[in-house]
Amino acid sequence: MSEEKEVSEEEQPLVLQKLQDKFADALLASTEIRQGVAVVVNKENSYALLEYLKTDLAYSFLVDITAVDNSKLESELMQYDYARFMVVYHLYTYEGETSRIRVKVPVHEKDLKIPSVTQLWKGANWLERETYDMFGIEFDGHPDLSRILTPDDFEGHPLRKDYPLRGRGERESFNFEKQNV
Amino acid sequence: MGLANTDIQSGSSTEQTDGNIITTTIDKVVNWGRKNSLWPMPFGTACCAIEMMATLASKFDLSRFGSEAIRFSPRQSDLLIVSGRISIKMMPVLKRIYDQMPEPKWVISMGACASCGGVFDTYTLIQGVDQFLPVDVYIPGCPPRPEDLIDAVMQVQRQIQKGELPKGSEVAYNE
Ligand code: SF4
Repeated sequence: MSEEKEVSEEEQPLVLQKLQDKFADALLASTEIRQGVAVVVNKENSYALLEYLKTDLAYSFLVDITAVDNSKLESELMQYDYARFMVVYHLYTYEGETSRIRVKVPVHEKDLKIPSVTQLWKGANWLERETYDMFGIEFDGHPDLSRILTPDDFEGHPLRKDYPLRGRGERESFNFEKQNV
Repeated sequence: MGLANTDIQSGSSTEQTDGNIITTTIDKVVNWGRKNSLWPMPFGTACCAIEMMATLASKFDLSRFGSEAIRFSPRQSDLLIVSGRISIKMMPVLKRIYDQMPEPKWVISMGACASCGGVFDTYTLIQGVDQFLPVDVYIPGCPPRPEDLIDAVMQVQRQIQKGELPKGSEVAYNE
């Protein structure tokens, strides 16, 4: 984490200034990492911020959507009101000096809903399905939020920290009839 | 040189044909033909499949053992080569492919992953396809060298020449 440093007012990258002007209340944290920028934004404003990044700041390329389960990372939990999950968006632009930006959104386990960005990027479709499959994040407004990696009848979300590594016996005793081939 | 069965041709085995006829049994001829024309169904799901491709390519050349006719339809093949990781989502597909192959059929489990899950001791990976398929020959290694796959094919050939039933048929007979 030594590369991370809190950004001082004067030498901020332009995108960060713009984001802070527009979403001053919504930004929970912001850091500058190597040539990129990372911001944490609350769930209510995440869609607006991503839309702004795409349409006004030309972050047209959605690199990845994923999530992190912080349930075993006390330091991170404390920082964001004990939100268990952090949904992470990686964006890329072909213009401007800050080519990469990472947008993180804390999500509580009680309310796993978060707005889908499939309206902004078509490519978000499968990425959101994967995040749903692995972490159980529910993307509101997704056209078909179903499992993508595990079988349809799979139970649980295996990348959550409380899912046992060796599974719950599904690899030894799955039902051939139940699986659609 | 001709091949003939002694029972069928017993009367005609006279002096003129001496040295031109090899006597054998039908079983032997069938097995001999079968073992030298194994048609593999490749089920390559991971890195081991790369070694399988190398085995088929010119440097190692599996056709020297009569097995170059790779069939991507299970209905035309009699040797299933499982090379790679099999996840719980892939296992029913593999099982269906095995079921579609006509008897007699042999199964080679190639590599650590197919044989026992390898280093992937996780929720999603089948810890050895032999839990669900009758495997005739296992190949250790991660990945096994092409020579190992050739050795496994020759092992299957030896089993066939000896007239041994494939594991799958034994299971079927015993049930
Ligand atoms: S045994 Fe090794 S080479 Fe073969 S599929 Fe597994 S990891 Fe890949």
